[in-house]
Amino acid sequence: MFEIVAKESLAPVLTKFVIRSPFIARKRKAGHFVILRVDDHGERIPLTIVDSDAESGTITLIVQTIGKTTKLLSLKEKGDTLLDVAGPLGNPTPIENLGTVVCIGGGVGTAEIFPIVKALKEAGNRVVTIIGARNKDLVILEREISEVSDTLIIATEDGSRGLKGLVTDALSDYIQSNGHIGAVYAVGPIPMMRAVSNFTKPFDLKTFVSLNPLMMDGTGMCGACRVTVGGETKFACVDGPEFEGHMVDFDELIARNRAYADLEKQSLERFERELAEGGLIHG
Amino acid sequence: MVNPLKPSERMRIPRQAPIEQPPAIRNHNFEEVSLGFNEDLVTQEALRCLDCKNPVCIDGCPVSIDIPAFVRLVVEKKYLEAAKKIKEQCYIPAITGRVCPQERQCECECLLGKKHKPLSIGKLERFVSDYERLYGDNTPPEIHARREEKIAIVGTGPAGLTCAAELAQRGYRVTMFEALHAAGGVLRYGIPEFRLPKAILDVEIENVKKLGVEIVTNFIIGRTATVDELLDDFGFHAIFLATGAGSPNFQGIPGENLPGVYSASEFLTRVNFMRGYLFPEYDTPVKIGKRVAVVGGGNTAMDAVRTALRLGPEKAYLIYRRTKREMPARAEEVDHALEEGVELHELTAPIRVISNDGRWVSKIECVKMQLGEPGSDGRRKPVEIPNSNYILEVDTVIIAIGQNPNPIIQATTPNLASTKKGTVVVDENGQTSREGVFAGGDLSRGGATVILAMRDGKLAATSIHQYLEKKAVEHHLAKTAVS
Repeated sequence: MFEIVAKESLAPVLTKFVIRSPFIARKRKAGHFVILRVDDHGERIPLTIVDSDAESGTITLIVQTIGKTTKLLSLKEKGDTLLDVAGPLGNPTPIENLGTVVCIGGGVGTAEIFPIVKALKEAGNRVVTIIGARNKDLVILEREISEVSDTLIIATEDGSRGLKGLVTDALSDYIQSNGHIGAVYAVGPIPMMRAVSNFTKPFDLKTFVSLNPLMMDGTGMCGACRVTVGGETKFACVDGPEFEGHMVDFDELIARNRAYADLEKQSLERFERELAEGGLIHG
Repeated sequence: MVNPLKPSERMRIPRQAPIEQPPAIRNHNFEEVSLGFNEDLVTQEALRCLDCKNPVCIDGCPVSIDIPAFVRLVVEKKYLEAAKKIKEQCYIPAITGRVCPQERQCECECLLGKKHKPLSIGKLERFVSDYERLYGDNTPPEIHARREEKIAIVGTGPAGLTCAAELAQRGYRVTMFEALHAAGGVLRYGIPEFRLPKAILDVEIENVKKLGVEIVTNFIIGRTATVDELLDDFGFHAIFLATGAGSPNFQGIPGENLPGVYSASEFLTRVNFMRGYLFPEYDTPVKIGKRVAVVGGGNTAMDAVRTALRLGPEKAYLIYRRTKREMPARAEEVDHALEEGVELHELTAPIRVISNDGRWVSKIECVKMQLGEPGSDGRRKPVEIPNSNYILEVDTVIIAIGQNPNPIIQATTPNLASTKKGTVVVDENGQTSREGVFAGGDLSRGGATVILAMRDGKLAATSIHQYLEKKAVEHHLAKTAVS
């Protein structure tokens, strides 16, 4: 059992959890994720580790409420426990000093890019971070990220904060007015990562994306997370989750992630009905 | 009471058939297919044993169970003693009695089989172990010597459980590490409920824990801690690696990554391990549609196709490139599958998976094969028949063409020798290229059987014991030299 030692609502549908998991906290590096299961009837879902503290033995997760499992998770409070948390999984982000790097986080991807920003900064890079969100209320971790970035650019789709436009608009502006960039790291919704990859390709600008396919075991055993990268099948859990964006077959990833959309909807609706009827079946 | 029958009388008793759920009923449920023997059947069957002077059946058993001895106890109706006798060599007989390919092991050696049908050893073993579970007190054997050394066992499948039970009985402090959230390895995520009920597996694992073995779940060696950390920081004196072969192979044909194409590992994990057949009561979804095609001819393919069948499709095809005769699967499983209504497409190989809309599988294109010259393994190689392509309409494709070892430990343990296929290299004692680190089961064999994994577990336990004895002597000598 893994105890929730702190919980904080960051934005509508975005919740931060600090969870006691000393072994994972000791080993975790930027880019790692965990697989968790809330309760005995639960599914296993992968979540990026946003931060960790080896001394207090805790890890931080930021969860976007999308389906039944994340909804159930969002209802958990400080002091509650999660049944299973396993990790740290995946390969850590390759961190080296490349001079200037651009990190892009979109939506909940902002939480996932944060540890990468931090690690790149610690490695001596000049880090330019772009946060993208639909509106100002969905901009998260602004303070934490600005502390470890040399430049922070915020772009909102409705212009309620920072630049009006998409992260690719912000990236375009930055590239046009500045010099050499060593690499781009993008984490966020698949269409965003695809757009960033498409944008940087003509510049031959190395671009890393962090893929979020469906996963079960997270240890290379089921192949649910297979993605096509450079024409080869890779397992995101053991070969990734980060890959070079210019090589990734995003269409396939989108199709595979939609495989259970109908059942996921059914499951969420069932759960919301149960909540409305007041029966907290999972205690 | 010894067997009162003369050999000629024993030979006149026909081999007793186990009780089974009828095919048309069982293919709609996940209850156990074979119900084994009742007491009448078990007595009749046990009386058939010729109690040979030179019991070759024991040679056929990978873990050398004293078969005539336990069968004699069955004749005497001393079932609990029979169970104890088996457990001297095999600590999880409720499992082996259900999943061993006896027809290729003990029963294949049985002298009765020369003229008649062999003794049904597997079903006798199963009866005895079930009897013990229901009526025995299930107290663990007394452990005489206590040892200070700590041993880590990585993986909680058949190899790991066997090794743990052996070492715990020798008095060692044993900790098992499991990457998933529940112990059992392939016995839990792979072998379906209708072949090995989880409740029985739970009891067998509980029996191993009663020996003092600690099982830590959600702990991935190579990630949560490495092999070197187990040795250097966690203070383990020896390690047995038994993480199995769960990493699925794919054919590499077009369309294989379409939604609706599963590896057998994924499909079975969704249904067995995550209880996807109870969705939405359980959260993990699984989709099967009206027509499902399973590709392969091994035990995993049989498990997958029979599991798929129980999710209620109209058609379940089994596509295999050789013929039924060459299938590596256990004969009983192939027969069960066909009885349950699986449609066999033998001498057939898939060449392409097709989707009409890009969102889900809709067809699989196959080509007919014929058997050509024998290959290096002695089996005749399937060869494509030109222009024999045909299309099957399907909603789901499950690829069950073999698994390789899970890659994490090899990648995170320096100087651990492994092959191109990812199997860890071991010597005849189960010792790897790293001192104090042993390996066995599918991790060192590639995909094999539960019982061979158990043999490796036993062998490793003996080797670890010898290794630690030697270390203890060296340590003692070093101490005496200093003082």
